[in-house]
Amino acid sequence: MFEILSSFEIALGLITHADAELWGIVWLSIELSVVAAVIGGAMGLPLGAIVGIARFPGRRALIVVLNAMLGLPSVVVGLVFYLLLSRAGPLGEWGLLFTPKAIVIAQAALVVPIVAALTRQVIEDAWAEYAEQMRSLGVGTARAVRTLLWDTRFTLFTVGLAGFGRAASEVGAVMVVGGNIDGVTRVMTTAIALETSKGDLPLALGLGVILIGIVLAVNAAAYGIREWSARRHG
Amino acid sequence: MADGAPLLEARGLTVVLGGVRALDGLDLALAPGLRTIVLGANGAGKSVLLRTLHGLVAPTAGEIRWHGNGRRARQAMVFQRPVMLRRSALANVEYALAVAGVPRPVRESRARDALGRVGLSAVAGRSARVLSGGEQQRLALARAWALEPEILFLDEPTASLDPGAAAEVERVVAAIAAAGTRIVMTTHNLGQARRLADEIVFLHAGRATEQTAADRFFEHPLSPEAEQYLKGELPWK
Ligand SMILES: Nc1ncnc2c1ncn2[C@@H]1O[C@H](COP(=O)(O)OP(=O)(O)O)[C@@H](O)[C@H]1O
Ligand SMILES: [Mg+2]
Repeated sequence: MFEILSSFEIALGLITHADAELWGIVWLSIELSVVAAVIGGAMGLPLGAIVGIARFPGRRALIVVLNAMLGLPSVVVGLVFYLLLSRAGPLGEWGLLFTPKAIVIAQAALVVPIVAALTRQVIEDAWAEYAEQMRSLGVGTARAVRTLLWDTRFTLFTVGLAGFGRAASEVGAVMVVGGNIDGVTRVMTTAIALETSKGDLPLALGLGVILIGIVLAVNAAAYGIREWSARRHG
Repeated sequence: MADGAPLLEARGLTVVLGGVRALDGLDLALAPGLRTIVLGANGAGKSVLLRTLHGLVAPTAGEIRWHGNGRRARQAMVFQRPVMLRRSALANVEYALAVAGVPRPVRESRARDALGRVGLSAVAGRSARVLSGGEQQRLALARAWALEPEILFLDEPTASLDPGAAAEVERVVAAIAAAGTRIVMTTHNLGQARRLADEIVFLHAGRATEQTAADRFFEHPLSPEAEQYLKGELPWK
């Protein structure tokens, strides 16, 4: 018990004294997760919107695949990208394995299904409400899609935040394709895993506290945005 | 229309939805210039009729002829529950105008004009979805009216409103009719039907069992179903 408390004390010291190693890891995590969320969101959002509105053969199968990808163990996703990006793999000549870009790719791949699934739900619900009125006004499909995306923009922004949360809390895939290289591909989650296994609890705890803080802040922001938009727009 | 030909004619209109014959060989002709109230028990097919005439439901059989020559009239529909976009009241009306191809420079003035006619000028800048139910329904009427439809379908537009808000909506519907739009409306409020109707179309089991001038209908309905309905004896389906 005493050891945990003293570790916690040292951890808070690391945070408040702006330990360079710790903050380097934190910034890299945030940077990569933001980029991954933007890329994954840019792919998942239109995918979810199309599946939510359009009716085409194979739509149900696509929904099942997307939902299944939500539950895919991220280590397996990491393994797939490891094989793709490794020297002998089909994308090996890009030389991306064990670089931050590899981390972004794996994270983005994990963000796509969650953003697509949440977007589909949001768009489908809105479409169920709007469809008849829109058809009555003579709104064409392209305009209907634009209108739905614009009308649900605040909710969709919180979907993007959920994507960021997914990317930032990811361990397995990031470990496999990033390699957890000190100063290059070591992010919060992989650092926590490593330091804990080495027994360096203060650094692990310090990072853990910050990671929880980020996740809390993101969720609070999402909640605030939803509340505000409900009050403002109904 | 000067020749008195019907604005709209339906022949043998049949609509099957999920195995249910919601409309069953319905015949109906709507002369121009009148206010028609469609009455009938729950499940008689009133909503399906309006949605089919408006083009939201494809008939399984039968035909709908506009002006006797096939050109679809400029039309709009107001539903029991208005659906508003998450933007201002004014922007909601402007949106409908944009979809209808009204050039941008005149949209705002036409939209403001329509809001003024339904008494919503003061809330033009407010977000539409935070308006009261009565205000949202009047906004739906403004959105429809701004399109200057030749015919306006209204499906129980006051069913979810308190009496005061319902009276406001009724006043607006009467004004839209007075301005020259053909009204086809359903309601379960017989007082409202008496006040608004020039003619009554009575539906029973997916057919129009009678189409009678309003004053005659309320005195002497022709079909036994309508007589029972007026006495409040028709069992709720
Ligand atoms: N989408 C639908 N699927 C199946 N049945 C429907 C559908 N819409 C309406 N119906 C049926 O059609 C009949 C007429 O419905 P409706 O026009 O809504 O009646 P109302 O006169 O009360 O407006 C009812 O029996 C109703 O259950
Ligand atoms: Mg109905």
